[in-house]
Amino acid sequence: MTCEQKKLLHEISILSFTVIELTLFLDSHPCNQEAMRHFDYYNRIKKEKCEEYANMFGPLTLNQAKGRSQEFLWTMQPWPWEGGCE
Amino acid sequence: MWDYEKRLQYPVNIKTPNAKLAQYIISQYGGPDGEIGASMRYLSQRYASPYREVSALLTDIGTEELGHFEMVATIVHQLTRNLSMEEIEKSGLGPYYIDHTLGIWPQAAGGIPFNACEFQSKGDVITDLVEDLAAEQKARTTYDNILRVIDDPDVADPIRFLRQREIVHFQRFGEGLRRVQEDLDPKNFYQFNPGFDRCMK
Repeated sequence: MTCEQKKLLHEISILSFTVIELTLFLDSHPCNQEAMRHFDYYNRIKKEKCEEYANMFGPLTLNQAKGRSQEFLWTMQPWPWEGGCE
Repeated sequence: MWDYEKRLQYPVNIKTPNAKLAQYIISQYGGPDGEIGASMRYLSQRYASPYREVSALLTDIGTEELGHFEMVATIVHQLTRNLSMEEIEKSGLGPYYIDHTLGIWPQAAGGIPFNACEFQSKGDVITDLVEDLAAEQKARTTYDNILRVIDDPDVADPIRFLRQREIVHFQRFGEGLRRVQEDLDPKNFYQFNPGFDRCMK
């Protein structure tokens, strides 16, 4: 995994964590307008970053997978547990 | 329905195998307070909750726990990569190796297999939420115990993340319980079961 790929994945982890935290907060505070504003903001930039990642390095979800390339990247990109042995 | 994301919730990159530590940490995969028990508990309990907020918490926390299940498996997998037969035998991993080689299988640190009796789904939202609060604390204590035996920062870092999530989930479940109690008679919360008796809300 290149430095650039790691950096983008790290940004996605941070954004995704923020979205999960806001989701759990909104589950118990569903009328909190401020949290909903934050949710919309971070969820939007998370989606943008995930699209950027998928276009550069391959899909993180099946929604982003594309059939036209040498090999099906969803299958052939490394699995998440493969880290630490580079 | 669920979607899979091909990434971990928090990164795990362990360079040095440690079969002894793997045998401790596997308890958070399939032990009495492990992540699969947590996920199955919440995802099973949510149907009997007559409160949308509580069903949402159970769904979203139960889903996050599946991500933790994957993180713990990754930790155990990376701790047991490239072990020699000598290391397997010396570390005490021998009996596990005989049955599973280095495959990941849900069991407690003491070798007891995962079992649905590790959790309840009682069909009473107060009972279930009180169990959930205790479950988060029990998992937090287990992570504290695990942290005392770790000296590799590559392992401690994701374990600290998982420990911290138990505390956040405890907080959210506490808010869920308060939400349920708001609707009930403060003099007797247990007058009826809002998920069973028809006089709900």
